Amino acid sequence: MSADAVILMLVAMTILWGGLVVAVVRLRRHGLPDGDELHRDL
Amino acid sequence: MTTTGDETQRRGAFTSRKVFILAAIGSAVGLGNIWRFPYVAYENGGGAFLIPYLIALLTAGLPFLLLDYAIGHRHRGSAPLSFARLHRRTEMLGWWQVGICFLIAIYYAAVIAWALRYTIFSVDQSWGEDPEGFLFGDFLQAGDPGVSTEVVLGVLVPLLLVWVAVLVIMSLGVEKGVGRLSLYLIPVLVIAFGALVLRAVTLDGAALGLDALFSPHWASLTEPSVWAAAFGQIFFSLSIGFGIMITYASYVDRRSDMTGSGLVVGFANSGFELLAGIGVFAALGFMAQAQGVAVDEVATQGLGLAFVVFPALISEAPAGALIGVLFFGSLVIAGLTSLVSVIEVVISAVRDKFELSRLTASLAVGGPAAIISLVLFSTTSGVYVLDIVDHFINQYGILLVAVVSMLVVAWALRALPGLAAHLNRFGSLRLDRTWFALIGLLAPLALAYVLVDAFVTDLQTPYEGYPSWMLNVLGWGSAVAVIAFGALATLVPWRQETSLTVADDDADPLTKETGR
Repeated sequence: MSADAVILMLVAMTILWGGLVVAVVRLRRHGLPDGDELHRDL
Repeated sequence: MTTTGDETQRRGAFTSRKVFILAAIGSAVGLGNIWRFPYVAYENGGGAFLIPYLIALLTAGLPFLLLDYAIGHRHRGSAPLSFARLHRRTEMLGWWQVGICFLIAIYYAAVIAWALRYTIFSVDQSWGEDPEGFLFGDFLQAGDPGVSTEVVLGVLVPLLLVWVAVLVIMSLGVEKGVGRLSLYLIPVLVIAFGALVLRAVTLDGAALGLDALFSPHWASLTEPSVWAAAFGQIFFSLSIGFGIMITYASYVDRRSDMTGSGLVVGFANSGFELLAGIGVFAALGFMAQAQGVAVDEVATQGLGLAFVVFPALISEAPAGALIGVLFFGSLVIAGLTSLVSVIEVVISAVRDKFELSRLTASLAVGGPAAIISLVLFSTTSGVYVLDIVDHFINQYGILLVAVVSMLVVAWALRALPGLAAHLNRFGSLRLDRTWFALIGLLAPLALAYVLVDAFVTDLQTPYEGYPSWMLNVLGWGSAVAVIAFGALATLVPWRQETSLTVADDDADPLTKETGR
């Protein structure tokens, strides 16, 4: 793989997968599911 | 008039925010993520495509997703009921979306049935030395383009199985059917596809394919068609604009953080597309190296990628059967969770309009859909009908209704401030004038460009060279039929017990005035 391709692959991974992680963490911090919600899922 | 609690109990609801997010991801992650994104990225600048893709995601995809969430979550109804509650005269937009979903469901099920069959074919590589000949000859038994009534048993049986599964899931309801399906199958999909990608990147020649996918062609960023491809990919991939997210959002608890959930769904969908791109092109690199050809000679998309190129690749790769089962199994799961969301739009609308029970509405919608699907797509002409309806209903159904609904909501009703205020009540991401500008100007302009571009191309060149009568009847006919259906369905009165006022305490004066 060329250096350009490797860099862009890593950038894409960082932005999209990193973005997903940040979005999940942000959502969890804003409001954790309560015990009732967890119970209903099971 | 029903109270909010009664209505939630009657319509059903997701048990938690997590289930809603998984269901929304299940809807967004479909066949297009696996077989469309990798080739679109490769054809439109490779690594450089990342820039217009991200801009499209942030400026059109996510804002539009949040618009759908706002309409459904605030107005607590199916697409037609939500639009009717937004303003009595916009109900037709909802029924237009319902018509589109009904058409999509009947052909989408056929592709899942093919993938189901190919999961089994993968075990002994039934296609032998000639996957293309096997697909069109032995499996689909396709003749010349036209409409035939000759049934292909090998398609009929799996298609019947798909519809039985869908009917059972839909009859179980939002909580036990759609919710649990997503809760269990999305993790399975991620694990199965992750395993496929791991296998693909360890094949000889994988780097060749990844190099082809990610090498940037910066000059392509000056081409409008590349930007149109990025906006088109984001739009079609996110399941936005045709009622799904409105319907799903209506099943979510009022106090949920919908903007935060939207970010998770949007990035999960794009993250899966990237994973698919890596897996598909690593596999294509292996195949190109094995055949001694360049990657561009094996790279393709859609049905050709899934049912011709991948079978050839499975035949050549070590542990090919495993790759085949993982690949086609992933297609089945991704397709099924999307199909369920598409048919839910129709079932939910019928339930709301006629106040039917879950089981009755599921059978009333799923039964006819299954019959039409079996009649049209289990014959020797099924593949042609599918190809034409898919193309036209995507461009002149989904895309058109999306542009129209954005303009109506933003400019005719001026409803964006009320919708933003609703999402801002419990949302972690604050929507302000930037969102209004994106929904009112940028997103409709970008999508209108994609739409006009496709329209001009279709006028100049008959799609895929099909006979004009097929394109007129099945293609343009489908696009017009869903609009006509939308207008006619609006004429059917709502039941007395259905309230068209907003059952929400943050209703703005506009909707209070126009509600019945």
